[in-house]
Amino acid sequence: MLISKSLRTAALAAAIAFGAALPVHADEQFFPLQSYRVGPYAAGGTGFFGGFIDYLNLINIRDGGVNGVKLTWEEGETQYEVERGLEVYERLKNHPGVAAWNPLSVGIAYAMIDRITKDKVPLITINHGRTDSTDGRVFPYVFPLLLNPYSETSGIVNYIASREGGADKLKGKKIVVLYHGSPYGKETIPIYKLLADKYGFSLEQIEVPHPGNEQQSQWLSIRRAKPDYVVLRGWGVMNPVALKTAQKVGFPIDHIIGNVWSNSEEDVIPAGEAAKGYVAITTQASGAEFPVLQEIIKTVYGAGKGNLDDKKRIGSVYHNLGIVNGILNVEAIRIAQQKFGKRTLTGDEVRWGFEHLQLDPTRVQALGAKGLFHSINVTWDNHEGDGRVTFQQWDGTKWKAVSDWIAPDWAFLRPIIEKSAAAYAAEHNIKVRTSDDTALSQ
Amino acid sequence: MFEFQFFVEVLVGGLLSGVMYSLVAIGFVLIYKTSGVLNFAQGAMLLFAALTFVSLVERGVPFWFAIGATLVVMVALGVAVERVVLRPLVNQSPMTLFMATLGLSYVIEGVAQLLWGTQVHGLDLGIDDVPFEVGGVLISQFDLFAAATAGALVAGFALFFRHTRTGLAFRAVADDQFAALAVGLRLSRVWAAVWTAAGTVALVAGLLWGARLGVQYSLSLVVLKALPVLMLGGFDSVAGAIVGGLLIGAIEKLAEIYVGPLFGGGIEAWAAYVVALTFLLLRPSGLFGHKLVERV
Repeated sequence: MLISKSLRTAALAAAIAFGAALPVHADEQFFPLQSYRVGPYAAGGTGFFGGFIDYLNLINIRDGGVNGVKLTWEEGETQYEVERGLEVYERLKNHPGVAAWNPLSVGIAYAMIDRITKDKVPLITINHGRTDSTDGRVFPYVFPLLLNPYSETSGIVNYIASREGGADKLKGKKIVVLYHGSPYGKETIPIYKLLADKYGFSLEQIEVPHPGNEQQSQWLSIRRAKPDYVVLRGWGVMNPVALKTAQKVGFPIDHIIGNVWSNSEEDVIPAGEAAKGYVAITTQASGAEFPVLQEIIKTVYGAGKGNLDDKKRIGSVYHNLGIVNGILNVEAIRIAQQKFGKRTLTGDEVRWGFEHLQLDPTRVQALGAKGLFHSINVTWDNHEGDGRVTFQQWDGTKWKAVSDWIAPDWAFLRPIIEKSAAAYAAEHNIKVRTSDDTALSQ
Repeated sequence: MFEFQFFVEVLVGGLLSGVMYSLVAIGFVLIYKTSGVLNFAQGAMLLFAALTFVSLVERGVPFWFAIGATLVVMVALGVAVERVVLRPLVNQSPMTLFMATLGLSYVIEGVAQLLWGTQVHGLDLGIDDVPFEVGGVLISQFDLFAAATAGALVAGFALFFRHTRTGLAFRAVADDQFAALAVGLRLSRVWAAVWTAAGTVALVAGLLWGARLGVQYSLSLVVLKALPVLMLGGFDSVAGAIVGGLLIGAIEKLAEIYVGPLFGGGIEAWAAYVVALTFLLLRPSGLFGHKLVERV
């Protein structure tokens, strides 16, 4: 009896010890991050991925995860290079509970489309990516959330129209588009032509060869052309050089309108005084006064878990973009959990969540993001979600909003997007989804 | 009349841009002339110098003290490169030495980011970049300042090489390494002096280019602007680097304005190489480079 009791005690102790040694697998949702914290684009990468991670941390610390499901992540350094991005994809794709991919790189995103479609996991390309991936009938797993390049173009033209006193005042005006000599830079050439025809403004599009560190001849051409506005569709070093060279040829800075990749502190600070008065489009406001930012500062940075080394960058353009990206990813999971249960979801289930990601201004306010971004309304066939844009002006130290939230001309753009998506579907032998095909794995 | 004025404006702008290319090219020439090494790390050295300077200034170090401190850092870097990389590789093939400098450029870029971070910095040298008008042609104050600085640098080097012992040793080594060794010159000391000079050029070029572009990683890409200059002017001639820079600057701007529209624009980056390649085919040693004559 004594032996028996001792055996039972030993067995129990062994069981407890063995159990304690095993990792506890609570429900977890995993974000593989193809980040870039070194290399030429590290300034943007540290801001964006810093903001994304800060928001995920906020949800874990404040809420204990999304309905108890903890958010986890692992970073793989890409240096913004496509082949490294794909290496990270192959390395992390088999991790349990992958929610979505968020590379913030046009090149890496393009290279992943076939892979993520096969693996049935969403690819989020907030503010960038293929314009025609807005059409969820052809691209079921790709989500250019808030803004695609064509909406951005339309938003910029609408803003210029508002400054001139209405769309009818665009007739006879002259706009020069100064674009980066890359597929990204060239993507909006046709839509600017269509909008010029529609509104009757004259248009000149001038290429700046990569990387854009010399623009004397382009700006002399602009000076000769005497445009009313210059749209800057730049990237990296091209942006500050454009602003400095504009000053050199005497072009008024407040008549240069930057696109969404020419709108950060990193684009204006190197230009110094020359950038004062420059205006750029954005989908998310800058600054740290929003309640969600204040919570991040208090809860995440207060706990010593903030991701940015330099706290002065909290509330910067890229940091806030990362936070908005975090909100959209987390809410897609939350929406999907309402249908599939409060547990670790598959990528396909998260895709369903993104296709029902509808956050009106009331919900945005409840999330502490009123004024940070406007709203989003993603559906199974509209993967952009009708994001609004606003315009900000650099005052030499910070960005200040100078417009209300502006809606691009989606009705005008949609047929163009559908035509391009249909051509892609025909070329790649893709069956175009219908509203009956929106269940999982369709 | 207006078209001619515009042509002059493009030409002047191109020539002033060319001065900036020459500044980078001179750093290449100094090292190639004495050691036969095409130092691909010159762009990384330029980045390192500018990043070190701006980081010191942002930490409250006074402007001139930061320049002095950066110069000391660049001298130390130059001497270290000579000791750690080049001396062990002496007598290796030019390709081996070139690959060593290619690797070195990545190491310097990596260390620069490790030490000073990845943020983009503005650099204000206190020179306004607002244009002034001469006969209807706009001229940049900053570009004129850059041209004057480049001129002063070249004049300083000319005096140094003509009137100092180290300068004379440099010229002797540049003329004939073996003869210089035979008369007792210490090659390693000359090389260290040359790398120091190249570091100084990197500092000056880094400050001027940094004020133009902002101090950021892509600053090291300005080496690509120097390569056609070297092909045109010759790899071993300071005068060639200057004339080549002016020619390349003017040609690429004129080509972009007057030929670019025929090709849809954006041609200036490769137009410079077309001109340089043509020169290379017609005169392989460049405009001012020494013709290589070998006895067989």
